[in-house]
Amino acid sequence: MTEALSNPLAARDHARGQAGTVVEAMPVLPPVADDLPADVQAGAILWEETIAAGGYAGRRLPRGGRLRLIDLKGDACASILIFNAEMPTERLNVADTLKIQWNAYLGAGKLLLSDMGRVLISIVEDDAATHDAFCGTSNAASNSAKYGNGANSGPNPNGRDRFLLGVAKHGLQRRDVHPCVNLFKGTRIEADGAITPQIGPFEPGRSVILRAEMEVIIVIANCPHILDPRKDWTVAPLRATAWRGPITAEDDAIRNATPEGLRAFQNVEDYFRR
Amino acid sequence: MSVDPHLSGLAGTIVHDVVVPARAPWLYHVAKGQTLRIVDLEGNQAVDFLLYSAADDTERYSAQDTVAAQNNLFLRQGTVLRSNEGRPMMTIAATSVEYHDTIGGACSCESNTLRYGHHTKSQHACVENFLEANLLEGRGKRDIVSNINFFMNVPVEENGALGIVDGISAPGLSVDLRAEMDVIVVVSNCPQINNPCNAFNPTPVRMIVAE
Repeated sequence: MTEALSNPLAARDHARGQAGTVVEAMPVLPPVADDLPADVQAGAILWEETIAAGGYAGRRLPRGGRLRLIDLKGDACASILIFNAEMPTERLNVADTLKIQWNAYLGAGKLLLSDMGRVLISIVEDDAATHDAFCGTSNAASNSAKYGNGANSGPNPNGRDRFLLGVAKHGLQRRDVHPCVNLFKGTRIEADGAITPQIGPFEPGRSVILRAEMEVIIVIANCPHILDPRKDWTVAPLRATAWRGPITAEDDAIRNATPEGLRAFQNVEDYFRR
Repeated sequence: MSVDPHLSGLAGTIVHDVVVPARAPWLYHVAKGQTLRIVDLEGNQAVDFLLYSAADDTERYSAQDTVAAQNNLFLRQGTVLRSNEGRPMMTIAATSVEYHDTIGGACSCESNTLRYGHHTKSQHACVENFLEANLLEGRGKRDIVSNINFFMNVPVEENGALGIVDGISAPGLSVDLRAEMDVIVVVSNCPQINNPCNAFNPTPVRMIVAE
């Protein structure tokens, strides 16, 4: 083998020979999906990728874009950062998201709010209902303590270091990694403040559909939940599919569900009044 | 000579002692080993609080790392305030209020428009204080993350209902924070007048640093 690759053209042929390889976690280009919702045109698809266990992805989504995440094997943990793509100093504010909606739990109809009083993303469909806005993600120290190695270069990458790479690829820095939300792995809060994690594993195929209410950058890390009680680093692939969709209309049920949420949509509409 | 009750039980030499006026920001560098005492002078005053590592201010307080590490949302005596790298920044060495909040965040002009209506847009808010103080040292909007609200009470009900309710603090109650690394403390003495966090009436707090 060494002999065969001893000149550039042989190395080129060897590299080219890999084309067409299919693995479990990879993007599909151009994107295709045979399970889009019935009202979505095939030409509207923007993104089709399976994110590896321990992997990450970042994507810019247009206003009105839909992002469907599927927990393929029931053991994914989608930790999510969100930025306003044209002004990334505006980002998800987890505290405002909970406080403004007067509720601790994420699910269908809930809004993910920015620190500028606007809706970045709405959760339009959710058949998982085990999500977490409290615990954040793992870091090098927590993964090292739990699994022995938390580095990006090691076997047990941590969520924070995945986020750092994910945001860097959109020109962002360490100080841009803000508090996150976790989809598919959940927490419940007891009266004394105790946190009960809901780690599963769950039945395969649970899904969430998000709707971008602004042009956003979404960064997803798929690493074990920070409170995952299992001794071994355990996480499964996550499928992401995005498509174009209409901008939220004035009579949209989620837009009008609460007075606080309506004002957040009005602030978005005001931002785009240009 | 009368004894100052706010200094009771605080060991060491006092190196800084100031009253932060109602509605104002405060920024101070606390060295490893020093203790910061915050006194709620008139009671039911939320003190919005952020921390940065003095050596590298991209390392900062993380509410999520703090609550995950202790499996509990409430900050009590013994709680270690952790950074986004999971390291101890300060420890709650003592508190005369049972617990403090770190999920309620800070009020901002923008979030006030959602919570109360656009008529509140021009009111002063904690994020204004955080920005003003942080800008003095080159930090900005990207550096504002989920904060602590000392003396503030945010229970979570069984159905997930969550809100800022009447305080559990009272005049003269205090919290002592021991620095585990050199830290920059940024505080907003909360100016909110639309909810019970300050009993609808912002008041001064006292900051005492001892070593």
